Amino acid sequence: MYTRSYRAAVTLPPVLWVSLFLLLAYALLLIYSFWSVQNGFIVHAWSLDSYRRLVGNPEYLGVLLRSMRIAAFVTVAALVLGYPLAYYLSFYSRHKRLLYQIVIVPLWVSYLVRAYAWKTILGTDGVLNTLLQALHLTSRPVSALLYSPWAVWITLTHIYTPFAFLPIYAALEHIPRSLVEASQDLGASPGQTFWRVIVPLSAPGIVAGATFAFVLSLGDFLAPLLVGGPNGIMISNIVVSLFGAAYDWPMGAAISVGMLLLVLGLLFATERLEKKWAYV
Amino acid sequence: MNATAQSALLSIRAVRKSFGAHEVLRNVSLEIGAGEFLTILGESGSGKTTLLRLIAGFEQCDVGEIWLAGERIDTLPPYRRRVNTVFQQYALFPHLTVLQNVMYGLRAEGVTAREASGRAEQALALVKMEARAQANPSRLSGGQQQRVALARALVKRPLMLLLDEPLSALDANLRQQMRLELKSLQREIGISFVFVTHDQEEAMALSDRIALLRAGTLEQVATPEEIYNRPATAYTARFIGQTNLLKGSVSTGQARVGAWQWPCSAPEGAANFSLRPEHLRIAGPVRDGAIRFAAQVRDQAFQGAVRIVAIETPDGQQLTARLAASVACDKTHEFEFDPSDVVALPPEEAD
Repeated sequence: MYTRSYRAAVTLPPVLWVSLFLLLAYALLLIYSFWSVQNGFIVHAWSLDSYRRLVGNPEYLGVLLRSMRIAAFVTVAALVLGYPLAYYLSFYSRHKRLLYQIVIVPLWVSYLVRAYAWKTILGTDGVLNTLLQALHLTSRPVSALLYSPWAVWITLTHIYTPFAFLPIYAALEHIPRSLVEASQDLGASPGQTFWRVIVPLSAPGIVAGATFAFVLSLGDFLAPLLVGGPNGIMISNIVVSLFGAAYDWPMGAAISVGMLLLVLGLLFATERLEKKWAYV
Repeated sequence: MNATAQSALLSIRAVRKSFGAHEVLRNVSLEIGAGEFLTILGESGSGKTTLLRLIAGFEQCDVGEIWLAGERIDTLPPYRRRVNTVFQQYALFPHLTVLQNVMYGLRAEGVTAREASGRAEQALALVKMEARAQANPSRLSGGQQQRVALARALVKRPLMLLLDEPLSALDANLRQQMRLELKSLQREIGISFVFVTHDQEEAMALSDRIALLRAGTLEQVATPEEIYNRPATAYTARFIGQTNLLKGSVSTGQARVGAWQWPCSAPEGAANFSLRPEHLRIAGPVRDGAIRFAAQVRDQAFQGAVRIVAIETPDGQQLTARLAASVACDKTHEFEFDPSDVVALPPEEAD
């Protein structure tokens, strides 16, 4: 048995951490969202003003919808890239560990560096434009490459594909190989085995990977800031500016609360799906 | 069933298989008849599971050919071979119900859902599992999973059923029961079973023929009676049942073991002689040809119907005898055996 003081000493730091930086922060956010701004001052009186503006202003909703669209595209791209990679690694690769490390290594590199790398690639003097001109595919640099929702999509896909890959790979690694053999033994072609055994049994990994990619890219603000341009801004950029230059903390807080509820609902739903499809 | 009277359904021809530097199968040739229950018996590491996996198609042979019903199959992928496997841990699909598991193979070959479910229900009835058709496999006991795995393989109407130590995951009582059921099921449906096990008792109880595999080569292929009564080598004699292995020699038509000798037609030179414990008995009235000797009882174990007795002759030969439990014995007795019960075997390489 551990002594009371030992247990207290072990429990206290995480409890303090969570209370201070999560619960308290969220509570403050919630409180701010019910206040309002008048003449550049925050009025400490309960009001639904911010939420009314959030629902009523098509600009906010438009950016939110665009953010969700970009996040959805990132999710699809991350799955399309991550699943085959994870499948190949788990079932066919002779150099599993090495390839696994290669997939993971970018996560050790600063986010900022990776986002900047895309600026160098997509910019008017960038690698891609230079290449296109050298091949005489265009005479002038294509400026639409950078500062567009597509640039955000590419950058976020690059950054979050490993997050989709990891849970899928873990799920695939857990599938007993005897089930694959049983499927072949029963006359199923490789395609049938893939769709009827491997995909269903890796479904929890797919759900987890998709959740990671969607939630992380939905809340991203650095990629749109660096490569997004005016048409590529996402909801978090709005929140950042509301808390910064615009000095409309209640509005920023209301959007944050809305996002929080959206993400929590999503996490709740996907966790139920993962549990439902967890067989192995 | 007599193996030589059948035309071979499966023919394994001079097959070799290595994993890296380790040669698992060295030049194995084996023919299996239609409707035959053949057991591949061997210690762990003898290559028995690899041989089964070669037939199923999960491994490719390095050298040699495998033919099934007149068709060469070693070049075909597993899903094109008309054999089905019952896996050691059953390998039921956890995301499908029992019925869906059994339907799986039929659906894969394009049978309509309606027909597949009808045939799957029949197959489940065959193994008395129709009541659990809608259950999830994880809800079933080991024995029940075993039956579902059987139904799933048999519903495909394979030319041959491959069973990879299917009873080893069951507890002792259930194993005995499944052994009987497996045998009667095989008789009922009449297709060939190729059964892999390390348990010689299981092999004896189930098989029409036993193929004894030792370190990648076939030691002997014969009916249980023949392999028990006429083992070809000392290894077989020791592996199948229990035996007293006597070292001696053959010269001028006489077998010699210590002071004993009897007429023997085996090749001249050093030899081993296998004398089963049940062929030793307390000496009765003097009979022609029987070898009689006095021996001291060292130890005995009562086993209900029989009594296992460890004896030692004056010149130090240690033997085990299996006597009727009613035979009382202590200290010194006169024992005997008939030379016709003794099997002469070639000397072992290590000798």
